[in-house]
Amino acid sequence: MPLRTPAWPSSRLVTALCLLALLLAGCSPEHYPQTTLLPRGDFARIADDLLDTTVKWAVLVFVLVEGALVYSIFRFRGKPGDSEPHQTHGNTTVEIIWTVIPALILAAIAVPTVQAIFLTSATPKADALRIEVVGHQWWWEFRYPEYNLTTANEIHVPMGRTVSLHMGSADVIHSFWVPQFAAKRDVFANRETRLWFKAEVVGEYPGQCAEFCGIQHARMGYRIRAQKPEEFQAWVAHMQTLAPKPAPAAKPGPAPKPAAGVGSNQEVRTASAGATVQAVAGQGPDYATGEKLFQAKGCVACHALYAVNAPKGMIGPNLANVGARSYIAAGTLKNTDENMARWIQNPQAIKTGVLMPNLGVTEPEARALVAFLRAHQ
Amino acid sequence: MATRVQPQAPPPVSHGEKTGLWSWITTVDHKRIGILYGTTAFIFFLLGGIEALLIRIQLGSPENTFLSPERYNELFTMHGTTMIFLAIMPLSAMFFNFMIPLQIGARDVAFPRLNAFSYWVFLAGGLFLNSSWLFGLAPDTGWFGYANLTSTQYSPGLNVDFWMIGLQVLGIASLAAAVNFFVTIVNLRAPGMKLMRMPMFVWMSFITQVLLLLAFPVITVALFLLMFDRFFGTHFFVPSGGGDPILWQHLFWIFGHPEVYILILPAFGIISEVLPVFSRKPLFGYAAMVFSGVFIAFLGFGVWAHHMFATGMGPIADAFFALSTMLIAIPTGVKIFNWMGTMWGGSLQFRTPMYFAIGFIAMFIMGGLSGVMHASPPADLQQTDTYFVVAHFHYVLFGGSIFGITAGAYYWWPKMFGRMLNESLGKLHFWLMLIGFNLTFFPMHFVGLNGMPRRTYTYPKGLGFETLNQIETAGSFLLAVAFLVFLVNVFQAWRKPRNAPADPWNGATLEWSIPSPPQEFNFAEIPVVHGRDALWDMKRERRGPLPEPARVSGRGIHMPNPSYWPVVAAIGVLSVLLSLMFLSHFGPLGVVVAAGVLFLGVFKWAFEPAG
Amino acid sequence: MAAVAHEVPHGLEHATATGLDNRKLAIWTFIGSECLFFAALISNYLVNKGRSLVGPFPHEPWTSPSGEHFKPILEIPLVTLGTALLLFSSLFVVLALSGAQRGSRKALVGWLAATIACGVFFVGMQVYEFTHFVREGLTLKTNLFGASFFVLTGFHGTHVTIGVIWLVTLWILAARGKIPPSKSLNLEMAALYWHFVDVVWIVIFPVVYLIK
Repeated sequence: MPLRTPAWPSSRLVTALCLLALLLAGCSPEHYPQTTLLPRGDFARIADDLLDTTVKWAVLVFVLVEGALVYSIFRFRGKPGDSEPHQTHGNTTVEIIWTVIPALILAAIAVPTVQAIFLTSATPKADALRIEVVGHQWWWEFRYPEYNLTTANEIHVPMGRTVSLHMGSADVIHSFWVPQFAAKRDVFANRETRLWFKAEVVGEYPGQCAEFCGIQHARMGYRIRAQKPEEFQAWVAHMQTLAPKPAPAAKPGPAPKPAAGVGSNQEVRTASAGATVQAVAGQGPDYATGEKLFQAKGCVACHALYAVNAPKGMIGPNLANVGARSYIAAGTLKNTDENMARWIQNPQAIKTGVLMPNLGVTEPEARALVAFLRAHQ
Repeated sequence: MATRVQPQAPPPVSHGEKTGLWSWITTVDHKRIGILYGTTAFIFFLLGGIEALLIRIQLGSPENTFLSPERYNELFTMHGTTMIFLAIMPLSAMFFNFMIPLQIGARDVAFPRLNAFSYWVFLAGGLFLNSSWLFGLAPDTGWFGYANLTSTQYSPGLNVDFWMIGLQVLGIASLAAAVNFFVTIVNLRAPGMKLMRMPMFVWMSFITQVLLLLAFPVITVALFLLMFDRFFGTHFFVPSGGGDPILWQHLFWIFGHPEVYILILPAFGIISEVLPVFSRKPLFGYAAMVFSGVFIAFLGFGVWAHHMFATGMGPIADAFFALSTMLIAIPTGVKIFNWMGTMWGGSLQFRTPMYFAIGFIAMFIMGGLSGVMHASPPADLQQTDTYFVVAHFHYVLFGGSIFGITAGAYYWWPKMFGRMLNESLGKLHFWLMLIGFNLTFFPMHFVGLNGMPRRTYTYPKGLGFETLNQIETAGSFLLAVAFLVFLVNVFQAWRKPRNAPADPWNGATLEWSIPSPPQEFNFAEIPVVHGRDALWDMKRERRGPLPEPARVSGRGIHMPNPSYWPVVAAIGVLSVLLSLMFLSHFGPLGVVVAAGVLFLGVFKWAFEPAG
Repeated sequence: MAAVAHEVPHGLEHATATGLDNRKLAIWTFIGSECLFFAALISNYLVNKGRSLVGPFPHEPWTSPSGEHFKPILEIPLVTLGTALLLFSSLFVVLALSGAQRGSRKALVGWLAATIACGVFFVGMQVYEFTHFVREGLTLKTNLFGASFFVLTGFHGTHVTIGVIWLVTLWILAARGKIPPSKSLNLEMAALYWHFVDVVWIVIFPVVYLIK
């Protein structure tokens, strides 16, 4: 041989240590707010338990098989001058054994799998809280028919009560993913899909669309807030005050052309659907300017400003409580006044391709709009 | 052994061996077509690799603006499409072309001009698909092109048209090649080479051709339906017209899952050639290897909906597809154990091909195990569309197919080009690739389980994805270095005179019985086969190595004539589809002219004396 | 099968491993692949034919919201005639092949002409049917029945058309005496393809026209 072969042991060891380091780095799921490995709901726990079962078997198989591979690398290493090894062509007994053992291991995985499939496919009880989820390019609409409420990009759920999600899409396929409490389910324009879960821990977590849905798929996030039952009820009660007031019919501003018709069975409402705005107390002069601008700039064509009886199928997210949300633009920006002003002035720079056009809002106008929207808590 | 380098005088140009560009354009020699496939596919592989590096740079830090969202979406779409259709498949086709006739003792494939046609159609499709970059209109809806995002309403640009028509063209190339190799393997085996004596690479290639023949028509139909939706206003996948986007997913994955085996089975075959030779021991459990391959292919048609667990198919369908998917682990396990059984008790020769073959086994096991993890639908509902799945299929397609193909490249390089590759550079390539590969893809398991979805052009700060993504990006550059080392190795070998003996590795199969590189007619005399490992049998009979085979004149051996009509027909195929894409520009006349080119090519080809 | 050995076009010195001619095996392989092509198209038809949001429908009358009345659109008698002729053409091509193998140029040319005539009638019938449907208001864009009908029968019709072109080419050769018995395989391949196209129609005809 022209060159001594690099020794297997040392290099293998280095690799193994690297992998181990990575493994440890990855094994601290609490650093990952969107992790699937710390289930905080019953559905997610079923998925996680199943993963644990398969991982245990997988690690066992991995250690045994890779161990045997490494062993044979050392044990059967050829030396110069070795005579021809014994020419075996096979061994039926051994071959049967290594067909049957994997089959048994798979059976050990298959049984809990099938159980879990039926468990997760079961219909939740009638007393579950029904929430309707509609995926839009690129934001999430949430409706609570029980309370006649609509909101967007921030879903509130009560701890301890099963939530039954009835889901659809206004346009292309998306996938609603609740990694901490449930898992994911695709949403379609022509059929309803379902998912359920019961939150067992309170907290606020991020989630996001998991099916590629166009240019801003990466910016289709939402927040989920699991609240104690009484806190959830308080939130519902507050949201129910965000009702339309019989306002003097404002002239709809120059409405931006909505994106090409929504290819779904949903009714599309655009201009003037949100022409009435809710009553919000305690506003300064900026608020009044903002209120006018919201009409004049045509924002009202796509956004509703009240949560009760809100129209279905709006192009843009419902803004009834936008002032109180943690993020804006579907998980893209922290909800600060500065970010909101940036967003209103130039959404296309922040989220290229988003259906909200640049409306030529000046900085003072943006400040007024922020003041107006911030008051929508 | 390769150390026994025998410098030879450059062989005299034999009868019929022509040189020059025209000779390559009109060639019908399976070996030259194999080299054309290999070279083209390797260039596309580098292109796909560059696309991957750009993706990795973008994801190296959160909120990165290195790439615009449009560009990122184009890159991940083209990376997948390129690696699958323009790199791994044609790299396998390189070995089908070069090695199948040699391993079965034939002078050429059954239809040499059809073979040339396949290559030119493949080249046309690949160039067409990539020409979209020049117009800034690269496909941007993923290699899976899920409806209804691909409808004209949501993707009005030509991007999807490039993808759809490019894939259609590539499908024609694959189908033509599959018919050819199917007939070649069935009909052109040397006397005595019964089916159960065929080298395992031929067997796995044979199964691959069957999969191609049965899977590609389905994607052809799916692409036609999409084409009608986009060009002629039908509503097959458009919900507002009553259509169902899920139909696309079924059609796509009925093709798409067998496609996975189309990508991996040739690598299985290569590994099954390399391991016995470098273990100095026959393949363990030959029959089990054959039947497990057949079984994998058969089951491959019954598992497609495991790509669709998140669509909510209901518990019965979920359970069926979960169990059929898990079943595949059994024949796959049999293969892995038989490879290890081949090594067990052998006298392992650690040459570069053996490194890659063992690397293949080690990495493929991991891909298989993560595969079982998401065969379980409730667990998959968390894992699907996350980086966990990205990790899984890269362990299968990179750790599997690419490691296998690289093993094949080092193993057969001397036969194909008559030159030995450098062993130390080869081993350096291996270690860089193994470490780079694991650095790139191993962390993806964790980043995926910890909540990072796929196909996102960026991720926000604060989700914890930063560190692991940085490691992945570093790993991807190490992988790039690994392939640079390979290029250096190839370049060095190329500059040296031909130095490869006919049988540098003590091979078991017929390709090692003829000079390196083989003469145009392959075998001066068609060999007669008496068992498996035909060449080992011959050597055992002689009780020693065979003498270096001489180059002979080949006078009197009748070989097919070169022809340029396959090229014309290939241009015709592309023109027809282009005329449909630009129907509004050129009108029906364009279709007629394009069809005329195609008919001209086919007719001239049909009436041309084959030789 | 030594007789075909010298037909192997590339001067391969040994006969094929199975004794089957390469080209014949290739046609069979191609037909196997085509089965999946039509299976996918037929499945698409079955999935989509009932999903039309508006008429006209294949088997039921329909009144549009604007009050326009549509009869069931399929014209079964005409298509039955076309189907019968296509079936007969399979017999004719067998007779032509038998003529070719016996060296009877008259039988070959005559039966081949009959086969081609049937094929041309079938394609003509389809052209008539398609234009009729378009006049009645059923196009690719109208509804999913129309789309999947035109795509399925259109692809079949394209196959028939290619078959007719192939047979016409062979007919010209035959008329010039260029298909001697030793080259009857050239016709046999076209005949295999023709039978396949025929068999596919035997599936399509009941699926589209008879099953409601």
